[in-house]
Amino acid sequence: MNAVATLRHTRYVLGENPLTVVAFSLFALIVTVAIFGPWIAPYDPIASSASRLQPPSWDHWFGTDHLGRDVFSRVIVATRLDLFIAVSAVALSFVVGSILGCLAGFFGGWTDRIISRCIDTIMAFPLFVLAMGIVAVLGNSVENIIYATAIINLPFYARVARAEISVRRKAGFAAAAKVAGNSDLRVLSMHLYPNILPQMMVQLSLNMGWAILNAAGLSFIGLGVVPPTPEWGIMVAEGAEYIVSGQWWLVFFPGAALMLAVFCFNMMGDGLRDLIDPRRRT
Amino acid sequence: MKQPLLTVEDLTVEFQTRAGIVQVLDRINLTLHKGETLAVVGESGSGKSVGAFSIMGILDPAARIRSGSIRFDGMDLLTSSAGDLNTVRGREMAMIFQSPATALNPIRKVGQQIEDVLRRHGPVTRREARRRAVEALAQVRIPDPERRYHAYPFELSGGLCQRVMIAIALCCQPRLLIADEPTTGLDVTTQAAIMDLVRDLGRERNMATMLITHDLALAAQYADRIMVMHAGQVVETAPTDALFSQAAHPYTAGLMKATPTEASSLDELKAIPGSLPDLKGSLPPCRFAGRCERRESRCDDPGLALAAVGTDDLHRVACRRPL
Amino acid sequence: MRTSWMVTVGQRLLEALPTLFGIILVTFVLTRSLPGDPAVYFAGPAADAQSIAETRASMGLDQPLPVQFGRYVQNLAQGDWGVSHNTGRPVIEELGRRLPASLELTLLGLLLSMAAAIPLGVLAATRPNSLVDHACRVVVTAGVSMPVFFTGLLLVYVFYYQLGWAPSPLGRLSFMYIEPPKVTGLYLVDSLLAGDFEVFRAALGQIALPAITLALFAMAPIARMTRAAMLGVLGSDYIRTAKASGLAPHTVLFTYALRNALLPVLTTLGMVFSFLLGANVLVEKVFSWPGIGSFAIEALVASDYAAVQGFVLSMALLFVSLNLIIDLLYTLIDPRAGGEAT
Repeated sequence: MNAVATLRHTRYVLGENPLTVVAFSLFALIVTVAIFGPWIAPYDPIASSASRLQPPSWDHWFGTDHLGRDVFSRVIVATRLDLFIAVSAVALSFVVGSILGCLAGFFGGWTDRIISRCIDTIMAFPLFVLAMGIVAVLGNSVENIIYATAIINLPFYARVARAEISVRRKAGFAAAAKVAGNSDLRVLSMHLYPNILPQMMVQLSLNMGWAILNAAGLSFIGLGVVPPTPEWGIMVAEGAEYIVSGQWWLVFFPGAALMLAVFCFNMMGDGLRDLIDPRRRT
Repeated sequence: MKQPLLTVEDLTVEFQTRAGIVQVLDRINLTLHKGETLAVVGESGSGKSVGAFSIMGILDPAARIRSGSIRFDGMDLLTSSAGDLNTVRGREMAMIFQSPATALNPIRKVGQQIEDVLRRHGPVTRREARRRAVEALAQVRIPDPERRYHAYPFELSGGLCQRVMIAIALCCQPRLLIADEPTTGLDVTTQAAIMDLVRDLGRERNMATMLITHDLALAAQYADRIMVMHAGQVVETAPTDALFSQAAHPYTAGLMKATPTEASSLDELKAIPGSLPDLKGSLPPCRFAGRCERRESRCDDPGLALAAVGTDDLHRVACRRPL
Repeated sequence: MRTSWMVTVGQRLLEALPTLFGIILVTFVLTRSLPGDPAVYFAGPAADAQSIAETRASMGLDQPLPVQFGRYVQNLAQGDWGVSHNTGRPVIEELGRRLPASLELTLLGLLLSMAAAIPLGVLAATRPNSLVDHACRVVVTAGVSMPVFFTGLLLVYVFYYQLGWAPSPLGRLSFMYIEPPKVTGLYLVDSLLAGDFEVFRAALGQIALPAITLALFAMAPIARMTRAAMLGVLGSDYIRTAKASGLAPHTVLFTYALRNALLPVLTTLGMVFSFLLGANVLVEKVFSWPGIGSFAIEALVASDYAAVQGFVLSMALLFVSLNLIIDLLYTLIDPRAGGEAT
């Protein structure tokens, strides 16, 4: 398949599904905000002021919270932390999951049995509940939120990698590489793994949104991020008690930011899958 | 002459795919009388099944009927309402499919699947339907029908599944049966048993049968008339004997040379050169021209149609240089 | 037929044993890998050196790990799940008391989302690439992208603060009502059993918003799976047979297509449960729902490890049993599953 065909196919998929275009633009925006957040924010995100619980206005686009902090600035600045948690967790589970899945799929036998059994045991827990337990034990910190999120995401990558590798293990090109004198590990890493990368990438983008949701959920119940650090989950938690008295902006803007980010990744994952899944190709 | 039971006139069907419009059927004509067995023969992709699906009204949503008409016992099937069609399907005309194992609902007892059809097409009590379902199973010579009523398709062999399919198709005594490659995927002895069953039941009820097959030998054995299709066109149609004694179309002749019989040795078998043309875009008047050894420049002239071979009006061929 | 099904049941139960073992092992490792000395935690904040030593001995922490594990399993089996420092009561008692509240909420949420998502998926599958299909896709993706705690708070704002339709989001029943006599522990069921429709309506009012919140979240996987499965089934040979037999459109769609399509949907329900049990914790916090989830959050904040461990374990056991039930339902619906089981 040549580059022109790929480009045409990309354009076709994007044309078929304009939402994917929206998702990719949104993604660019989120990344920009994450990088330049502190410079974009008009106010200091942790500086309190006397103007408390002000509804959205020209001065404070998203209003102010119970300590008089500018919600807009806090939402903007929080982007980096939320993204950082999700990206590191997903990267961690991507790497570890790939390795475990590849080993299980390539060597089979006892390696496979042991790794699969461990993965199944993780999946036997309701995943968010397991994450809560892990954070409780490891201790309440951002770092541990990342580890917990990584552990509960690991099975997805390991399963995809295992399935894809075990299908390709017997393929002609792998045998050829082996006959040419490459070691098992070399065949696996240089010849087989690159072939399953597209599937892994789809899994990655589908998983990203879920990772953000989990991390935010953990901080919503008071784990990980400590106030006054701006983070979407904790901002929603702080604003929760004001919703019954009608101060909706405390919850709405960080919640909407969270939702947009997750929606963006989910849509991108869908789009990417359409792009890569050969069954939808004509 | 008697009014035919089924008349198809100038039927043209297209498929709309992402790669463009595919012309699957090109001005098909056929007639079928009561009690008659017509075999439609052609390689896979020649449009045999699409023709059958058009008659049954179960074409894929991507298919479009461009022109033509299908009349069944005076009823215009293409303009009838979905409701009217549904009362005819299964009761007046029925179809059996290839790969019987997947053509039956995997999680419903075979007896119930027969009952579903019975109860749909006539006011019968539950008890009556049950009795007739078992009867239908017995009629297709399934041993121990009482017990097999409770079987699920996965518990039955391919041959038994096909018998169940036939029971479903024939339980309402239809006047037309379309059998689409009914023996594909079955072993040889089962094939013969299934075909004999179809023939016997057809004769018993004076039923019209349309047998779709790629197997010319099978067609020769069971059909009164044979219609040969190639790339969505009817290339030749004739009574079975006439076709075998005097094939007029080069493609028919090629098919016969490619069909093993008891007399022929392997050396005599000859494959037809080339493959079916790509049906996308514009096509020559004779779609076999590209594979034909007898092709001449006049073969590309427009206006090719079926014409009688000699004096026999029943034997017609669509070829400018018939054999 | 029946006996073979009983064999299948037995097989599935046996198959669940290694999973059960894995779960208990993980929770054991979790409790033993607490930072610092577990005995210090389990002895409580007011413990002196002696009571810590006593705790260590009583918990068997001075024994080798396999012995500790054996003891741990034994204790769990005897219902000794430790004591919650927060409430001073046995963890198992606390969990048992709160379980019905969580179950009622989760099950109602699941029922609601199935009631909405399955028809939506069928609708989308019967009209692929139509407006309905695209709308369905956007709606369910939006649903799964909404953090449940955010959805819950938005619903509270709209239906409690703005419209005043919903009661205040505080628990299972307003203090003006007396809870129904306990039979199942599910207020909706118990109030109906007692014939007390006023309490039923009050309980329904309280549970409506949190259940809808959960349902919105769980819709996406169910609707998607229904759509995909229906698309596959509608293109299958046996649907063509059914159509060719002139069966009525609703028979084809429901008796033939949907029943087959529900099999993969049933399988995804396991995953949906995993999501729901997690989301349940967040929703309980938003609506001050006195279930296991809010118990766990309080325990987490107070580093009440026995309680947290009991929570994780009970949720995992619940999840395993639900998966087992799904598995058995599957073998009931699909005649092939029982025969092919090895």
